[in-house]
Amino acid sequence: MALNQFLILSAFLFCTGVYGVLARRNGVLVLMSVELMLNAVNINLIAFSAFGRDVAGQVFALFIITIAAAEVGVGLAIVLLIYRNLHSPDLDQVEQLKG
Amino acid sequence: MLRNAWLIPLLPALSFVGILLFGKRLPKKGAELGIAAVGASLVMACIAAWQWIDRVEDALGSGGGEEHARGLAAFGRGLVASGEGEHAAVEPVTRSVTWLQNGGVDIGVGISIDGLAVMMMFVVTVVSFLVHVYSTAYMEGDRRFTHYYAFLSLFTASMLLLVVADNTLQLLVGWELVGLCSFVLIGHWWEEKPNADAAVKAFLTTRVGDVGLMIGIVILFLSAGTFDIQAINTQAVDGEIGHTLLLVASSCLLLGIIGKSGQFPLHTWLPDAMAGPTPVSALIHAATMVVAGVYLGARLFPVFYEGFSIDDGTVNIMALVGGVTIVIGAVLAFVQRDIKKVLAYSTISQLGYMVMGLGVGAWVAAVFHLFTHAFFKALLFLGAGSVSHSGAHHGFDMKSDMGGLRKHMPITFVTFIIGSLALAGIFPLAGFWSKDEILVNAGENGFDFFLIVGLLGAFLTAAYMTRCVYLTFFGEFRGQGQPHESPPTMTVPLIVLAALSVLAGFINATVFGIEKFTEWVEPTVAFPELVHAEFDGGKAVISVTLAMVGIGIAAFLWFRREELGPFRGLTERNAAARAGYRFLENKYYLDALYENVIVGSVKGAIARASYWVNQRVIDGAVNGIGEGATRVGRFAYDVVDQEIVDGAVNGVAVSTGQTGGLLRYVQSGRVQRYALMLFAAVGLLSLALLIFN
Repeated sequence: MALNQFLILSAFLFCTGVYGVLARRNGVLVLMSVELMLNAVNINLIAFSAFGRDVAGQVFALFIITIAAAEVGVGLAIVLLIYRNLHSPDLDQVEQLKG
Repeated sequence: MLRNAWLIPLLPALSFVGILLFGKRLPKKGAELGIAAVGASLVMACIAAWQWIDRVEDALGSGGGEEHARGLAAFGRGLVASGEGEHAAVEPVTRSVTWLQNGGVDIGVGISIDGLAVMMMFVVTVVSFLVHVYSTAYMEGDRRFTHYYAFLSLFTASMLLLVVADNTLQLLVGWELVGLCSFVLIGHWWEEKPNADAAVKAFLTTRVGDVGLMIGIVILFLSAGTFDIQAINTQAVDGEIGHTLLLVASSCLLLGIIGKSGQFPLHTWLPDAMAGPTPVSALIHAATMVVAGVYLGARLFPVFYEGFSIDDGTVNIMALVGGVTIVIGAVLAFVQRDIKKVLAYSTISQLGYMVMGLGVGAWVAAVFHLFTHAFFKALLFLGAGSVSHSGAHHGFDMKSDMGGLRKHMPITFVTFIIGSLALAGIFPLAGFWSKDEILVNAGENGFDFFLIVGLLGAFLTAAYMTRCVYLTFFGEFRGQGQPHESPPTMTVPLIVLAALSVLAGFINATVFGIEKFTEWVEPTVAFPELVHAEFDGGKAVISVTLAMVGIGIAAFLWFRREELGPFRGLTERNAAARAGYRFLENKYYLDALYENVIVGSVKGAIARASYWVNQRVIDGAVNGIGEGATRVGRFAYDVVDQEIVDGAVNGVAVSTGQTGGLLRYVQSGRVQRYALMLFAAVGLLSLALLIFN
């Protein structure tokens, strides 16, 4: 296995994530897309770690997984509150801070 | 302790702040704080002195171990030999930090501790401590007791700052601070106009000299390139500074000495300064502040030595000023009724000895005289304070408040007599050794004229002190009330000072071959080679004899005045004698000259000039300015205010509003728009990185 195969996979996942974040209306899907982006980064880190024979990358990946879990907890809570208040998970309706 | 000597001035400074802040709430109104701080400084000064002596003895010991051993065996003589023999160099202990830097010039603040500084610290702390103790009784119940102690502490701190200074600027700071404290303490009872006037006079008269001091310091800085005292001295000794520059610099510095140390012709402030409380006179105007000038002369002695060419034995201005001051001060002391003024003129005269001593190259002798004089003159002043304290009111007039006090105040009487004898230079009291050394060295260095002046001064000193003692302690009591001995807080300092007045002279008793003072105090680096005269029995006998004759004549005139047929009432009958007396009583009309002629003419001329300026220049200017101002104002309103300022203000508001209107489209409130902008920005920046890298 070559390093660039991992990198291509990672880039594909990341672009999917970016598309999801920008294009999806549903808040839950946006959060899932963010998870995709984070995991794309994880793949990157682990690939470099494995090929570079440096364990630091895997340590960072573990940290990212932990933090992503916390982030999803907070994010889902926000989405839940949005749903309760607006009766919809649609993020387009959340524009009270419009200038 | 030598390296940490900066603590010695710091403690009284802290006590000053402490007394100001908390003094009134303390049980003794702040006195205990001052006494504790100065007491601690005294202990530290003693330790520093001991360590310095150790250092000098070590240096001498390593220079000639054999002689050291001999010196220990035969106390005195051996050490004298070693002291004169090899001149072991003992560097001063210095330590400094940079205070400020400007234009490549480092101005430091630091300490430079050598024998002279250690000696001065000892004198200042001893006298200050005793004065602090003495004042608890003397100033009891005073309306500004706490204020008094605060400034006593500040004075001690500033004087010590001056003493330990390693550069001329720090010395100047200390010098001005002691002047300020002197001003405050002379005017302690400022509600009475003469006291306030005396304070202003003291401040302004010394200020005349201070101008010279400042110019001198600047000249030395410009010629030596540094404010560091030791560096200046080294350059002066090595001849790296031109003679003319040194002459100008030392003349300017001498002006500072004349102002501070009450030398002719700027001595007139010192007698007036007696308006302050007596302990202040003892501390500031006898033992410490007034000798700051002499200290300056001793500190920068190489500058004076080279500047005035002291080594060639010709008459120089420094010795001349000192010599003249000795005689005029002593003569004026005869016509005073106020005991403190007698002592003040005596101080002037004795300071004259010190300045003359420096001027004739008798450095050790002059500094030694400073040392012994501090003790006996402080003793005399405190004695005078004790005498006046005994009466119903604090009166100092010998003719109307005193007389016959020896029976009522035995301790004060005995200590005062000891002080007077020490001042008169009677063997073996302190004043004898130091005065004799000045005279012997003056003769040795070829200044015969000043030797004679000094002898004359010794004669006059003995005579006026006899008169003073007679008027105070003998005859009938002329004051009101019942005189009584002062409390122990006042008599104990008197006894301590009396003991010092007896003993202090023996540390440089040349006749016994003891020259400890020379050894310990005289600098060995950056200092000209000075001749130390041997003890001269003949001159000593002459000076003591003259003093005895002075005492004899004065005693004869004052104790037996009834039998003095032809002399009695001389001033009433003889016009010439009366004129002389009046001349003296008016203090050579110097005060009149300063106040009426110089100040008066300056005042008159200034007043007339100011009137002219007022009418022509200022009024014209005021009217012109008024007219101009209205025109400018109208123009400003029409053009500047309405058009430019308002326009700018409105323009700013409008453009801000428009920019906001454009930017509000960006703030859509939609989180995905924001994310789009974020990713777009990252994408653009990555692109830029790729292109430009």
